[in-house]
Amino acid sequence: MSEALLTTGAGVTTPAPGGRLFWRRLRAQRAVTAAAAVFALLVLVALAAPLLTALEGQNPNAYHPALVDSASGGVPIGSFGGISGEHWLGVEPQTGRDLFARIVYGARVSLGVAFVATLIQVALGVGLGLFAALGGRWADQIVSRVTDVAAALPMLVITLGLLAVAPASIPRPVLITLIIAGLGWFGTSKIVRAGALSLKTLDHVSAARLSGWGTWAIARRELLPALAAPVITYAVLLVPSNVVAEAALSFLGVGIKPPTPSWGQMLTDANTWYQAAPTYLLLPAGLLFITVLSLTMIGEGVRTALDPRAASRLRVGTRNQNKPTGPIESLEEKAS
Amino acid sequence: MTPVPAGAPLVEVTGLHISFGDVRAVDGLSFTLQPGAALGVVGESGSGKSASAYALLGLHRGTGARVSGTIRVAGIDVNAASDAELRSLRGGLAAMVFQDPLSSLDPYYTIGDQIAEVYRVHKGGSRRAARARAITVLDRVGIPDAARKSRSRPHEFSGGMRQRALIAMALACEPRLLIADEPTTALDVTVQAQILDLLHDLRRDEGLGLLLVTHDVGVAAESVDEVLVMRAGREVERGPVGPVLASPREPYTKALLSAVPRLSPALPSVTPGALPRTPFAPEGGSSSNAGRAEDPAHPGADRGAGNGATSHARSAAVPSPRRLPGRGGVGEASAAGGDVVIEAVGLSKSFGRGRAAFDAVDGVDLHVRRGETLGIVGESGSGKTTLGRMLVGLLEPSAGHVTRSGDVQMVFQDPVSSLNPRRSIGESVADPLRAAGERDDTRIRARVAELLARVGLDPDRYDGYPHEFSGGQRQRVGIARALAAEPKLIVCDEPVSALDVTTQAQVTALLAELQRELGLALVFVAHDLAVVRQVSDRVAVMRRGRIVEEGEVDVVYGAPKDPYTRQLLAAVPSLDPALAAVRRAARREEAHVAAA
Amino acid sequence: MNGFTGFLLRRIAGAVLVLLALSVVVYAVFYVAPGNVAQIVCGERCSPQQVALVHDKLGLGDPLYLQYGHFIQGIFAGRDFSSGTGVVHCSAPCLGQSYRTDEQVTDLIFGKLPVTGSLVIGAFALWLLIGVGTGVLSAWKRGGVVERLLTWLTLAGTSTPVFVIGLLLIIVLCSTLQWLPFPQYVPFTDNPEQWFWGLLLPWFSLALIESAKYARLTRSSMLETLAEDHVRTFRAYGLTERAIVGRHALRGAVAPVIALSALDAGTMFGSAVLTETLFGIPGIGRQLVESVRTVDLPVVVGVVLTTGFFVVLANAVADVLYATADRRVVLS
Repeated sequence: MSEALLTTGAGVTTPAPGGRLFWRRLRAQRAVTAAAAVFALLVLVALAAPLLTALEGQNPNAYHPALVDSASGGVPIGSFGGISGEHWLGVEPQTGRDLFARIVYGARVSLGVAFVATLIQVALGVGLGLFAALGGRWADQIVSRVTDVAAALPMLVITLGLLAVAPASIPRPVLITLIIAGLGWFGTSKIVRAGALSLKTLDHVSAARLSGWGTWAIARRELLPALAAPVITYAVLLVPSNVVAEAALSFLGVGIKPPTPSWGQMLTDANTWYQAAPTYLLLPAGLLFITVLSLTMIGEGVRTALDPRAASRLRVGTRNQNKPTGPIESLEEKAS
Repeated sequence: MTPVPAGAPLVEVTGLHISFGDVRAVDGLSFTLQPGAALGVVGESGSGKSASAYALLGLHRGTGARVSGTIRVAGIDVNAASDAELRSLRGGLAAMVFQDPLSSLDPYYTIGDQIAEVYRVHKGGSRRAARARAITVLDRVGIPDAARKSRSRPHEFSGGMRQRALIAMALACEPRLLIADEPTTALDVTVQAQILDLLHDLRRDEGLGLLLVTHDVGVAAESVDEVLVMRAGREVERGPVGPVLASPREPYTKALLSAVPRLSPALPSVTPGALPRTPFAPEGGSSSNAGRAEDPAHPGADRGAGNGATSHARSAAVPSPRRLPGRGGVGEASAAGGDVVIEAVGLSKSFGRGRAAFDAVDGVDLHVRRGETLGIVGESGSGKTTLGRMLVGLLEPSAGHVTRSGDVQMVFQDPVSSLNPRRSIGESVADPLRAAGERDDTRIRARVAELLARVGLDPDRYDGYPHEFSGGQRQRVGIARALAAEPKLIVCDEPVSALDVTTQAQVTALLAELQRELGLALVFVAHDLAVVRQVSDRVAVMRRGRIVEEGEVDVVYGAPKDPYTRQLLAAVPSLDPALAAVRRAARREEAHVAAA
Repeated sequence: MNGFTGFLLRRIAGAVLVLLALSVVVYAVFYVAPGNVAQIVCGERCSPQQVALVHDKLGLGDPLYLQYGHFIQGIFAGRDFSSGTGVVHCSAPCLGQSYRTDEQVTDLIFGKLPVTGSLVIGAFALWLLIGVGTGVLSAWKRGGVVERLLTWLTLAGTSTPVFVIGLLLIIVLCSTLQWLPFPQYVPFTDNPEQWFWGLLLPWFSLALIESAKYARLTRSSMLETLAEDHVRTFRAYGLTERAIVGRHALRGAVAPVIALSALDAGTMFGSAVLTETLFGIPGIGRQLVESVRTVDLPVVVGVVLTTGFFVVLANAVADVLYATADRRVVLS
């Protein structure tokens, strides 16, 4: 699983550029603009899935046994996996279900799960991170221990365990979303905690305390605005990581179950068909790659646009004034 | 290596221009330095002094900075030299000592190995010989047990020891020129004195040429023969250090010198050993003016000259409750409890637990009365900042208690981090008002405008953001924010130490003026003894969490009782080179006595 | 180094606590969940009597805390199991017996560890080599075409899920070009050569993705170190760029990278399941998938604890490595 590289609160003490400058810096990166366009197209396809399949005149779950060669075990009849005017991308081996329809509906599941999971992760991470940083020593201890345990739980391992015992009444996409979110919040909480702790030592936060603001007013007025940049940067990179997580679970056969289509789940079957029906493999694999790549590029672009140090990294004698806070935090800082 | 013709200058710089992008850092600078001589380059931040020093070793090469003009160091034309020639110059003929000794050494290697590596680059030879050389130079710079200490890594050394180690590295290849870029700025005043003494001895014994870059006129006065005052990339004034500091020709030099806070305006010539006990003022300290008379040694440091703001600063920077109408002498008031704004009893703070625990503040008693300024002075690690934070309530004391008779605010050290960069300065000032529940924007704006005007800022700049303001202006915003809460007491934690000297004087003047008009009590926490003297009525000297001496400024500075106070006072650089030499001798004497 | 001993002791205590918490979580997950474990273990066609027998034999009637207590006792003191004919002793550390096969969990895991270990070690060596090499190269040649190219390649690398790249590699290298044999696991002790060729592709698939991440990490770490003050010092003392990069920058830059890689190698014991499934390697991850499917609780707990152990161990190793490399870091 490509766990997105962590960035801790390294940049939180320096102001990030304001909104307009941020957009300008983001748009100045041509590759990022291109990636954003590709990704927007993918989202559009996912949203318009019913429309597109209606246009094609197919249904993602309809079997077409006539279109596969039962003698060879179900290889689609026709060239390139049975591509035709009716079936724009051919059909699935064995079942003959329409590939285009499954791909566009699969986009809904893959992207939807990733997005919602990211939102939950960020909400949990920000809440728990602030709680750890501001709630006193015990709060910090508890959150840190829970984080340790959650981090030591290999995500796939615990997902396998949970899925095996979760009640069947919960729809699989919801369950997968919750699992991914529940096991992936601690990156955000680490960033928020480290950022809040270092911001807390700043004089303007002390001044706010002396002005008479309470802890949560300070969190809202002084900390959160400063934490927005690192959290957004990290969150944008969480989306591709969640896309991969869902695909991995589905690939292992414990994620999205047929007949609901998802790209990762399509890959599972494709594994055995790559010689006879290569399009069946290449379509979901390629789309996964493009999705993750475009999201990663957007994430990188956002990071660059928000990074106050972006332009001034390589001057002689630039002092590195951030002394390492702890072994792992500083390691992760370097990953930025 | 290129031989230097006899009689040729060691350094010869002609028409030096350096620019970084659109910024002209150095703009037509020329100077020479003879072998064995010492030149001090003095200037405020942004004057181009460090950039000039870096250019001597060709350190701008490959960084994108544009350098023009000619630079000859030990016979090498730095701008035209090949990379190999430049490398032989760097460290071999001219060595550099940097400001921050911790980050300037590689944390992964031992001190001895780093010195040996530099030695072998220039002189070749075996590893063993290089190690032996490292131990020799470490010993030379006064590191005790050099053979064992050479196997330590930088973080195992104290700040002063690290700077000694860096100087040892500079000495390793017997260079002819030492370039020191703010070599003592990161150090405490007593350590600074030791390092300056070391540089002085090295010059005398090894015949080294010295180029000392500093913002501190006193440091230059202690160490160099000739001084070059820079401003905005240009030379303002150059000449022998004594005459320039005593009778500067240029208005800027005059302003600069008059802004430098003095430890004592009148320092009669002293004999070694007796120095610290010499009273600065008539006995009893009854006259505040006597202690602040003009320094006969510096007729040029005339307060009437220079720019208006600084001269105003000078006279205003001597707040005294005795000048307030209706107030008696300090001696009478000390017994009266009604006027006490803040009182701390047995205040302690310890950090860490178990064996790692240490007491940052250890049983401090103090009180401050209305309209009075208490100076708290101490070196790094003395606990003065922790004490200040406990006084305002930002830190909970581990033991003891603080009684406050009204709101208490703080002015912070760092003009950058003390204001939220995402909030307009007007909103920052309004912060205490909003926290108190004020909702009416018109009233808030009116009050903030009033406060901004009060601290000498344009009231219309409510919507400006901190980055649009200079350091001194930001400190003014911080003061306005503190005033917004209508406090009885303001604790100022090193409020001017991040500012240039002329700005320093203006900010301390503002504080004094506010105090006079509003009857504020001030606690002024600082490491700079001279600044504390200028602003305080009473002073407390802190060391290792305790107050070692406390009393009227004139008494403490004039007749210090505690040996540590004496040591601190003796370490402060003097603006008079002749006096500096005398005090250096005194320090050496004291060190001998202490060693015996 | 008194502080160091204390640091180690605290680390170990913390690690034990985390592992205990892990086992509690796994137990809770499996017991809170609905479903008749005895029925599942016994199989669909078992009679109620048979199910009851299994239920008793596995001690499923005991309250949860008692079952967990037995489990903990087994780890520290060993425990006995009744088999059909007599009593089998399982000596400490005992992680219990498989519900299905009565095999001892520790034996089962020790049987699988060399498989996953082979996979992780090879991939680890490859990714460090490729990743750090690429990172140093692109930091050194910054601003050039090489750097741009490497930036794009690493971006693509981090974006590719392992099962996508693995599938593509199998198709291209094994199926179409037939340059490599299809991946399989042959124990090293049986035939080192087959072991190597059989694992080459899995190693590469894992390493390509990880090395992309490490290239980025090394690069930024190098650039950061090159901007540090002490690099300026050595430049001002006439050292060559080569000596500065080779001796002073590289060490400072690579130390944290090595430390982090130890962490990732530990985590990989748990996340190798994807690679194992894809390439049909019978490692610890596949065992887990199998045991979860059959609700073989002792094996699941055992595997989770084992992989958790590697994560915790790797964490500690990373900290120690980092602290020994950079003594400025305060061990706490």
